[in-house]
Amino acid sequence: MTASASEAQTFDRRPWLLLSPALVSVLLLLVIPTLFIVVYSFWLRTAVGAEQVGFFLDNWEEVLTDSFYHDILFQTLRIAAISTIICAVVGYIPAYFIAYTPTRHKTLLLLLLMLPFWVSYIIRTMSWINILGVSGAVNSTLMALGIITEPIQMLYNEATVILGLVHFLLPFMILNIYVSLDGIDRSLADAARSLGCTGWQAFREVTLPLSVPGLAAGALLCFVLGAGTYITPMVLGGPRNAMFANLVYEAIVTQLNWPLGSALSLLLLALLGTLVMVYSRFLGIDQIAKSFR
Amino acid sequence: MTDANQNAVELRDVEKRFAEFVAVRKTDLTVPEGSFVTLLGPSGCGKTTTLRMIAGLLDPTEGDIRIKGKSVTEVPIHKRNLGLVFQNYALFPHKSVFDNVAFGLKYRDVPRDEVKRRVKDALQLVQLPHVEDRRPNQLSGGQQQRIALARAIVIQPDVLLLDEPLSALDANLREEMRVELKRIQRELGIATVFVTHDQSEALAMSDTLVVMNSGWVEQMGPPDLVYNEPASAFVADFLGHSNILPGRVAGEEGGFVKVITDAGATILCHTRDRAGRPEGERVRLVMRAERLLLADRHDPAPGTSLMTARVKTVDYLGQSARYFLTTTGADGDPGAGVELQAINPIDRAPFPEGSEVWIRVRGDDCVLLDGDADA
Repeated sequence: MTASASEAQTFDRRPWLLLSPALVSVLLLLVIPTLFIVVYSFWLRTAVGAEQVGFFLDNWEEVLTDSFYHDILFQTLRIAAISTIICAVVGYIPAYFIAYTPTRHKTLLLLLLMLPFWVSYIIRTMSWINILGVSGAVNSTLMALGIITEPIQMLYNEATVILGLVHFLLPFMILNIYVSLDGIDRSLADAARSLGCTGWQAFREVTLPLSVPGLAAGALLCFVLGAGTYITPMVLGGPRNAMFANLVYEAIVTQLNWPLGSALSLLLLALLGTLVMVYSRFLGIDQIAKSFR
Repeated sequence: MTDANQNAVELRDVEKRFAEFVAVRKTDLTVPEGSFVTLLGPSGCGKTTTLRMIAGLLDPTEGDIRIKGKSVTEVPIHKRNLGLVFQNYALFPHKSVFDNVAFGLKYRDVPRDEVKRRVKDALQLVQLPHVEDRRPNQLSGGQQQRIALARAIVIQPDVLLLDEPLSALDANLREEMRVELKRIQRELGIATVFVTHDQSEALAMSDTLVVMNSGWVEQMGPPDLVYNEPASAFVADFLGHSNILPGRVAGEEGGFVKVITDAGATILCHTRDRAGRPEGERVRLVMRAERLLLADRHDPAPGTSLMTARVKTVDYLGQSARYFLTTTGADGDPGAGVELQAINPIDRAPFPEGSEVWIRVRGDDCVLLDGDADA
């Protein structure tokens, strides 16, 4: 009797049991709050400042039709894309260096890479004010050397926003590329060289294409994190350099218009979510997972 | 000007040091055109370092490396025209089999049609003609190794360098590939340097066997000579099972050197140069386990030595048995209590444990080494 009972019970509960803490956390901390936001986005904020519960499409209409939002959205994606490309180019070199360093120094270098995370992201971003500000390190040095007489205004433009983003995102890119490079069999480059490649050609033929999964994973991570940031443009950008998340912040914190803020944040979420899906479709999600192994 | 009998590879006084560590010491090595030379030794003996220096993956600290008579010490790896096969195959995982094999041709400006033909020929040679479009990870280990070999030979290299190419394969496949590799090497007549730690591979495949130990070449020669006439205790120990007994020269008898072992047994022993040794000199005797012939009783015969022993343990191997013996020194022979190993073919049943046997060993099968410890 017990044998037939256990036979009928082909459904194995253990994986789900082991997954349940994660599933519960995702449900409570991610899915349900997101559903709240979805509901919020259909409410309406009236002129007196109260929220009118109901099903209104006004917020969505505004968000989807007003070119002001589209311009900022485009600016956001552009800034995120430029920062990601710079991170990929600049990050590849240290990643390569760490991957090809003798093992006993590797741990130290990886630790140094983690070091920025011990300092708050906001503090790290603000540090650029002390470097590039009117009375910052660069200006005072140039003035002390007599190269300039008046401080140069270097902050609060798109370039400094990108600089701040690169500063923030670079460790993520380096780590991803590093993991990918570290997994490449060293004898592959040797084999390529023995067949007639110079060191540079061997890199282009073997090492670079095999590190693409890491580059891709790093790029995705950097782009999504970059497109969703609001602190960097707030601290280092001027009024014209606002990014999409600043609009959300503005709507929710300053205007207290939660319904509009919800619609805006859902729009960004939908766009970035679509990007991740398209990305994983073309590269295969396993390719990205591989670089985390 | 080029001489037909020139050497494919020549190492002259090559030494490699990594900081304080000497990986390869003052080594001379020649690989004649068309021959198969094996570097054999335990891990860390310098065999792979030597191969990597020939390949150009490592620079020698001292000395000169010549390929086809030309010094390549200053020539970078990609200009050396060598076929290199790695232990882990090192196939490019992101390229098809065709692109893998054609890789070296791409960097030699070979016309498209000829690339196709040569890749096809190479795949034919390694007996994998229909896998061009596959990815390396769609092939088995043995197939991958064949592709790696095809990729190395398709460029018509001056020398083929094989770095433990069989050790990642399982036992059956390894033997099959061993035969295959040797066939391809013969067919192409290409000078080959093969690195291995597997003595049976080394003995089966080589024209010349180079036994290395802690950076030194211990012995170099045809496999049968190295096996039968080990030049050092290390070689005797590393290849097969040997009994090594210290002793002292006690004169001559019938063209053999008479040695009295420290335990007291008298054993006749040949010398390679057939020259005698001064009486009283400290020597060591090497007797291969399979050359100790066991029987219930042996009659004395010229040029042979006899010992008696008791069988301590028998390791039954089917067609043969490995015996662990303790000499007993019957008939007033004081050579008792020495531990010996013997490997004999079995006639019906092996000698049981505890039984008394006679051991006969021919003087021709005993090798004389100098007495000072070199291993």
